[in-house]
Amino acid sequence: MIEGILTDLAAVMTWFGDPVNWTGRDGIPNRLTEHIVMCLLSMVGALVVAVPIGLYIGHTGRFATVTVNIVNIGRAVPSYALMAVLYPLSIAFVVMGPGADIAFLATFLAMVLLAIPPIVTNTWAGIRGVDDDLREAARGMGMRGHEVLRGLEIPLALPVLLVGVRIATVQVIATATLGAVFGGGGLGRYIVQGFARQDDARLWAGAIMVAALAILAEVGFGWWIRRVDRHAIVTRR
Amino acid sequence: MTDRPVIDWRWIGSHLDDLWDLTVEHIVLTVIAVGVGFVLSFGLALVILRWRPAYGPITAIAGIMYTIPSLALFALLVPITGLSTLTAEIALVSYTLLILVRTIVIGVDGVPVDAREAADGMGFTSRGRLLRVELPLALPVIVAGLRIATVTTIGLVTVSALIGQGGLGRLINDGLQRGFPTMTITGAVMSVLLAIVADVLFVLTLRRLTPWQHVRRSDP
Amino acid sequence: MTEPPATTPDPHPVDQPHVHGASVELRSVTKHYEAGERGPGAVNDLSMRVPAGRICVLVGPSGCGKTTTLKMVNRLIEPTSGRILVDDRDIASQDPIALRRGIGYVIQQVGLFPHQTIGQNVAIVPSLLGWETARRVARVDELLELVGLDPARYRDRYPSQLSGGERQRVGVARALAADPPLMLMDEPFGAVDPIVRERLQEELLRLQARMTRTILFVTHDIDEALRLGDLVAVFQAGGVLAQLDTPQAILAAPASEFVARFVGADRGLKRLSLTRVRDLEPSPVPTATVGEPAAAGHARLAVATPGIPAGWLLLVDAAQRPLGWVPSARIPTEGVLGATLAEPTGAILTPWMSLRDALSVMLDAEVVTGVVVDAEGLVQGALTIDRLADTLRA
Repeated sequence: MIEGILTDLAAVMTWFGDPVNWTGRDGIPNRLTEHIVMCLLSMVGALVVAVPIGLYIGHTGRFATVTVNIVNIGRAVPSYALMAVLYPLSIAFVVMGPGADIAFLATFLAMVLLAIPPIVTNTWAGIRGVDDDLREAARGMGMRGHEVLRGLEIPLALPVLLVGVRIATVQVIATATLGAVFGGGGLGRYIVQGFARQDDARLWAGAIMVAALAILAEVGFGWWIRRVDRHAIVTRR
Repeated sequence: MTDRPVIDWRWIGSHLDDLWDLTVEHIVLTVIAVGVGFVLSFGLALVILRWRPAYGPITAIAGIMYTIPSLALFALLVPITGLSTLTAEIALVSYTLLILVRTIVIGVDGVPVDAREAADGMGFTSRGRLLRVELPLALPVIVAGLRIATVTTIGLVTVSALIGQGGLGRLINDGLQRGFPTMTITGAVMSVLLAIVADVLFVLTLRRLTPWQHVRRSDP
Repeated sequence: MTEPPATTPDPHPVDQPHVHGASVELRSVTKHYEAGERGPGAVNDLSMRVPAGRICVLVGPSGCGKTTTLKMVNRLIEPTSGRILVDDRDIASQDPIALRRGIGYVIQQVGLFPHQTIGQNVAIVPSLLGWETARRVARVDELLELVGLDPARYRDRYPSQLSGGERQRVGVARALAADPPLMLMDEPFGAVDPIVRERLQEELLRLQARMTRTILFVTHDIDEALRLGDLVAVFQAGGVLAQLDTPQAILAAPASEFVARFVGADRGLKRLSLTRVRDLEPSPVPTATVGEPAAAGHARLAVATPGIPAGWLLLVDAAQRPLGWVPSARIPTEGVLGATLAEPTGAILTPWMSLRDALSVMLDAEVVTGVVVDAEGLVQGALTIDRLADTLRA
């Protein structure tokens, strides 16, 4: 057993050391870049949609229950199933404009949808967590709605908001690998190829890189949140 | 491209039995995974509650397992346990651990200090206190953890179709391989529905477990 | 309805050089909450006027509408009907944002922004008003100094690093930042312990003496109201104004059974603590200087002395400082009056002593008459326990 693991470990090291795996379309630099770009784009897409929604329902209190319930149901949607649905739909869609990367599009959309729920709920919870007395003091000093949001609510909600972004980012990094099943790029390729070719070293290498990326994101966000959180009273996890 | 419609309703109508069987398989895979995961997590949580220094290492290991892509974990286990249900379950169980261990510990930690002191004052042993005071009070949080774990597992079961398991996930895969969108979409939509149904059931259960949080306060 | 300053009868005429205040007037103001609307208590047909530069304390049991009244003045709550005028201008026609920036606002929970330093907190309104940095920084230091916090020590701290009393001071400094003529204070000292509260009250009075402005102050503590208010507005349930008057007048003549009960059974004692020795005319007292002939002493005792017990001569030194009482029986028939004749008295009353303290001094000394001296310690006259009792009956 231990011998087997050591052999595997050696094989993975050899794989990482092989110059072939560092060049070309299937090389680590390219696949890693693809993976990161996919995650970044999805996160930007999700932030653009989710943060304004969360700020709106948090600041005004309007539509909050409805939105949070819808978003929570969204959490229940399995990403793999979502990609599977989006993939054929994307085919139908892309027929009109050939040349588009169908797998990329399906993965991107699925990842955006995966990332939206934690960001919306945490943005909302962060704003709601701001003490009503502070809001009242702010209004009493003559701050306008947007000034209260910018000057008080967003800074205090930031740690909780970032916790949501961290959860979303880690999930997206790990789940984006599924895109490879549909022919997409990224580190998932190594896993799909390793499985298909029964090349365990390749499989391990892919898994290790994805996990390392996710842990890096987790740790990085943890550091950032602690910095931001130093003077905020409310922190929810 | 074929000129078949995206959804072939006739195919669905003639395969209702298969759909039912796959749904049951999906549910069974999920229940086993969450059940085994809960038993393991409960044990780990007890260890942590007794000996706090274990919290860091246990959640760190569970956390790392959580970041390994499901696809990779399934694939990595195949050489060891084969294309079997066991392979799927090992992976599925491992994903439930982080959520469940964390929520059990957080739930027990969240029990109000005065309830704990009252229990001590009435002469409970530490085991009696855990079983009769802390766990019942922590139940809402624990059930909330089970909800997240169950919904997540329903989604991950679809991925296990790639190693020949997968319940409704099989439809997704077969449809993809045959270029027959009806199967893929049916499998996907049904697994989404299954997850939503599970989610709603948990919300209702949670509501029954915590009646005090839903009592409408009458205005003074 | 401009106030003719010369003719308005005023309990404590303000003689500070720079009165910097805005009058506040409510005319038939009513606030009802709709079903399901949450608010701190309704207000019913409220009319009152607070002259510029006065502290008016709104006091009453919880839910009596005092906080609602306060919040209607900076339009955090809009009245259902009626008009509110600040400096004789109807606030309904003013931009609420501009209005609030011109009114200081302090709440019980202070509401310091936890993510901003003390300096940044104090500078919030100046920043909103677009002051330039140099002016803001200077103002922050000036204000921290004013509320008794060393700017160098406190400027860059965060609210979480301060004690409750320090935070409350920062809250006052923040409300004063843009030099508002009107301050609204909603139970500002409600959350600090009694000792700190008393000190904060004292500091508020000191601040008010230095730069007079109009203050509306909400509390449920009648003692705080009587202590701070030039005027006290007693509210009763349902948002009805039960009485608006000076603390002395309210204690002397409660307008209703409710007010009498609210100010408490010990309102006599409370009145004693509001009146000071200098407010009463001391009774003339027969005195003799050490070294005078004994006959002179006898002669003075022969004259009737209304207001103080007969048969006692007050012996003073050459500078007119009191040495003690001499009963007529101990005055020798001839010779001079020596210092040793006097029985030293512990009951020396100073002008700024409250009547309550004066009473206590006299009871401690087991005498019925206290000697009133001025700031230099020279005899002015005497007060008896009966005189104190009379002021209560007045």
